Amino acid sequence: MNATRPRDEFLRMLAGRYTGQLVVSVYTTCFEWMAIRPDALNYVAVGAMGQAGSHALGLALGQPDQEVWVLDGDGSLLMNLGSLVTLAGAKPKNLTHFVFQNGSYEANGRASLPVAHAIDFAAMARAAGIADAHQFSEPEALDHWLLHRGPAAGPALVDLRVLSSATSYPQRYDYIHSAEARDTFRAALKALPHTGARA
Amino acid sequence: MTHLTPTQALHGSAIIQALKQARVEFVLSVPDICTSEGLLRPIANDPDLRLVRVCKEDEGVSVCAALSFCAKRSVLLMQQTGLMDSANALRAIAVDYRNPVCMMIGLLGKEPDVPPQQSARYGVRIIAPMLDVLGIRHLVMSSDEDIPACMQAIDEAYERSQPLAILFGRNPQ
Repeated sequence: MNATRPRDEFLRMLAGRYTGQLVVSVYTTCFEWMAIRPDALNYVAVGAMGQAGSHALGLALGQPDQEVWVLDGDGSLLMNLGSLVTLAGAKPKNLTHFVFQNGSYEANGRASLPVAHAIDFAAMARAAGIADAHQFSEPEALDHWLLHRGPAAGPALVDLRVLSSATSYPQRYDYIHSAEARDTFRAALKALPHTGARA
Repeated sequence: MTHLTPTQALHGSAIIQALKQARVEFVLSVPDICTSEGLLRPIANDPDLRLVRVCKEDEGVSVCAALSFCAKRSVLLMQQTGLMDSANALRAIAVDYRNPVCMMIGLLGKEPDVPPQQSARYGVRIIAPMLDVLGIRHLVMSSDEDIPACMQAIDEAYERSQPLAILFGRNPQ
């Protein structure tokens, strides 16, 4: 399955289907998502080195009535592949992990992955125990799946074959590492129903 | 077998009771031979604590941080090898981002009655200085008498939104 469409087309499609999910996103995908769909419930303080899915798992366990999306990169997930097994073991029904596979470490100079554009993350997810795993190269196919997916029995992983976006988006590193970003998310989460007052 | 006096003993059951009183609901863990039998196994069988088994310790750092945003308290149970492997996650997520990541760390190879910094084992001796360099508060839990101070430290970690490391001075029984 070859990539023919840019990442931001997929992100715009997801933005059109957004219904209040907590969204955990990583670096380049994060910058594009913040520009396409700015929202207080964007969780941007993930650190680096493959941690997005683990933050999302914490949110999914802590807010079981709230759907959580992860917008991850291929290079990022490859730094923490065991997290797929952890996810399969924890079995959150409210977590969907989107992997944007562009074959490069885009935030670090667009250097190639050891193997580019040929990794089957959906197969990896199934092998890890995540049965609800899919692969798409067209935003329309992703849209169709989102519209017709039934009630979740566990976590889902969606491997998206993408090209880098042609549009240039602001790289807001200062914001994603800021106390303001964390405080904004914390306040927005606290304002949701079913969230406790303090840890 | 060495028989400990009551004041020297560290009981997993007492730690678990204290964690519940400290409002800890989640335990993240990569198994550690120092704590597997005396603490992890009873936690796994305790219906009041949710055990989440992670494949690698840095995953647990992130899960604990995210749970704190949801007003949920957690501890990360691991061995000192996992602490060292998680240095970048701790630097970014726990320290730079000021998240209350509370760790309970078994020290493989530590002599029971020797302070960690004075251990003959290099892999034990460096742990406290490494936590100092990271800027992470640390305490030693060697007996049941140390448990209240450690739970107070967990309270303070959440009140101040900062990480904490509790080092096991001996294996819980």
